[in-house]
Amino acid sequence: MSLELLLFLILALIAIASALGMLLSRHAVYAALFLVLNFATVAVFYLLLNAPFIAMAQITVYAGAIMVLFLFVIMLLGTEVLPPSPVLPWQRPLAFLLALGLLAESVYLLFFRQRLTLSLPATIDPFSGPKAIGQALFTGYLLPFEITSILLLVAMVGAILLTRKER
Amino acid sequence: MLLEYVAIAILIALATFIALAAVLMGELFGPKRRTAVKAEPYESGMRPIGPGTRRMPVRFYLIAMLFILFDIEVVFLLPWAVAFRQLGVFGLVEMLIFIAILLVGYFYAWRKGALEWE
Amino acid sequence: MTAADFSLFLPLAVLLIWATVLLIVDLFIPKERKGWTASLSALGLALTLFLSLRQWGETASGFGEMLRVDPFATFINALLLLSGLGGVLLAYGSIRRHGVERGEYYTLLLFSVSGMMLMAQARDLILLFLGLELLSIPLYVLAAFALPRLDSEEAGLKYFLLGAFASGFFLYGTALLYGASGTTLLSGIAQAWSQAGRNLFFLVGAALILVGLGFKVALVPFHMWTPDVYQGAPTAVTGFMAAGAKIAGFAALWRIFTEALPGLAPDVTPILWALSALTMLLGNLLAIAQKNVKRMLAYSSIAHAGYILMAFVPFGVPQVRDVALAAGLFYLITYAITNFGAWAVVSALERQAGQGLELDDYAGLGSKAPALALAMTVFMLSLTGVPPTLGLIGKFYLFRSVIEAGFYGLAVLGVLTSLISAYYYLRLVVIMYMRPGEPQPVANPWLNLTWGAMAILTVLFSLIPAPLFWWASQSVLR
Repeated sequence: MSLELLLFLILALIAIASALGMLLSRHAVYAALFLVLNFATVAVFYLLLNAPFIAMAQITVYAGAIMVLFLFVIMLLGTEVLPPSPVLPWQRPLAFLLALGLLAESVYLLFFRQRLTLSLPATIDPFSGPKAIGQALFTGYLLPFEITSILLLVAMVGAILLTRKER
Repeated sequence: MLLEYVAIAILIALATFIALAAVLMGELFGPKRRTAVKAEPYESGMRPIGPGTRRMPVRFYLIAMLFILFDIEVVFLLPWAVAFRQLGVFGLVEMLIFIAILLVGYFYAWRKGALEWE
Repeated sequence: MTAADFSLFLPLAVLLIWATVLLIVDLFIPKERKGWTASLSALGLALTLFLSLRQWGETASGFGEMLRVDPFATFINALLLLSGLGGVLLAYGSIRRHGVERGEYYTLLLFSVSGMMLMAQARDLILLFLGLELLSIPLYVLAAFALPRLDSEEAGLKYFLLGAFASGFFLYGTALLYGASGTTLLSGIAQAWSQAGRNLFFLVGAALILVGLGFKVALVPFHMWTPDVYQGAPTAVTGFMAAGAKIAGFAALWRIFTEALPGLAPDVTPILWALSALTMLLGNLLAIAQKNVKRMLAYSSIAHAGYILMAFVPFGVPQVRDVALAAGLFYLITYAITNFGAWAVVSALERQAGQGLELDDYAGLGSKAPALALAMTVFMLSLTGVPPTLGLIGKFYLFRSVIEAGFYGLAVLGVLTSLISAYYYLRLVVIMYMRPGEPQPVANPWLNLTWGAMAILTVLFSLIPAPLFWWASQSVLR
């Protein structure tokens, strides 16, 4: 077992555990902190995949800015601790059963239907550093790039419109 | 290839260690005389009333949202700056369009008074 | 980027720049004169429509195959731009009356239309996703536009949360397809599929994309949001959303599956069959139980998504594929026209704070406002598919193409559910004419124009549907 695989397995465990922790904790701020841990783990995944720029963007945008927004929203709602009682008591067992069914189907498809292949192309165009991303973004992907700015503009207008009172 | 990041990992470990040390040293060596009054939350000499959490005004959210949007803009600026020499004038024009569109958003936010703290 | 690329992008570029500039211009238009913003936005849509129609007959790709101009895209673009114009008319006739008029309404509508056009034209999954988001984000805001009103806020929040979730599905599917093929271009995915053979990642990716888009067009297991959002959103927004978002969603669905994953037909066809059948059945059955007209029309729009999806079921049968797609495109036109007409009538009867939307509020309309009642009757008959209306012609083409492809069960189900739908559509007509009541319709010139024009168009195309069908059959994806 190589060092990278070992690292991946440990990180995968942390990622799954933190995701579960986020879902299961009844205190919204703890859930947010679990999410930060999850974001950080995913950032290391990007490093493992040889994409340092994406990793850093993940840290600054997700673990930084978006988490701040989440915490503001939690404080805005003023419900740090969720009430424990589920409204529809039969929902949870049913969801569990359905998820089990889906899992069984997936296992069947993966391991018993021989007609399906699972191969992936060996390599996808390598792009690693910010320079390679810059070149891809500003030549091949210039249209999506410009559309992104429009999207950001619309998001800004929407946020202002929904939170400001008309004067 | 991950060896490149060992330096960063050491730095993180060191930062964590120093931060923990700063907190724990005080705990270890400082004098401790705890009383019930000292354990109470301090609220300008008043007796604390009600829960410590309460709803925040929505304008904090707006500020955070605007921060994120401009943060994302910066994330796009970085690869552009690094690849600037290869991209040349064409890249410059693209970036100018990008920034111009976001400037429209900035101007909108300004005129709408979203940058003011009422 | 070359000049040729730019000429392909011209209509969209004009619309995007127009919307961005309008956002600034609107800041300087005083509050009482927002009619200027409305007319400017209509002008932008009309200009884009002109530029887009000039591309008719052209078939080319630009920006490294990412953006496509073909008759299909031009057809969908024209339909979307007309829906946008309808949305502006509907809004100008109603939102001021409800005290929610703000200039951003029209700008957001323009942005949403440009996102829809992008979805019809994109041949790259990343660009398609951006189109989907550019369509959705303004719609989330528009749904909550009547802001202090609770049901509107609920509509916005619900649409946003579930919409973001659905976008996640779409994105996950995109990621899997990218992982399996190494590209996000639709043509590249098709190529990778033919080399890789039956690869599980393609199947799962396609399924997730189907879920994401199925949400946008409100197919049945993903329809839960529709009644609440359609009811809570301002009526003008609902009318625009019901037409535009469905047209764009179906366009994207058609393009992705026919261009990127044609080899998946044996696997996807049964799923599409079931989705279409369920959507028709559940949409029509639940519509019967509704007392509120907006909710009833919401369920009716779900049912119609099932009919439109029917056109897509035979996409794996080469000799029927084109005819079926043409029937689907034709049905989109008929749906858009009757939809705008019906929502304009609803808007004319709506009073402050969501009053005047119950079925009983339509009692006596036949004697009080004969023209309005007649228009509504035309729309209801066409939505049912009563001969000789436009709706029947649309359904006839649809049923014929699925029968040709051998899906007899689906056609039978389509006929049966149409019969079921007659109950609630005609119930409204009966209430309008047979029951006494004191309805208070609003006579707003712009609303009158909307429902009047749509009623005339419905009648006109019922009599001479051939040009429309010719146009639709010229616009199929090849």
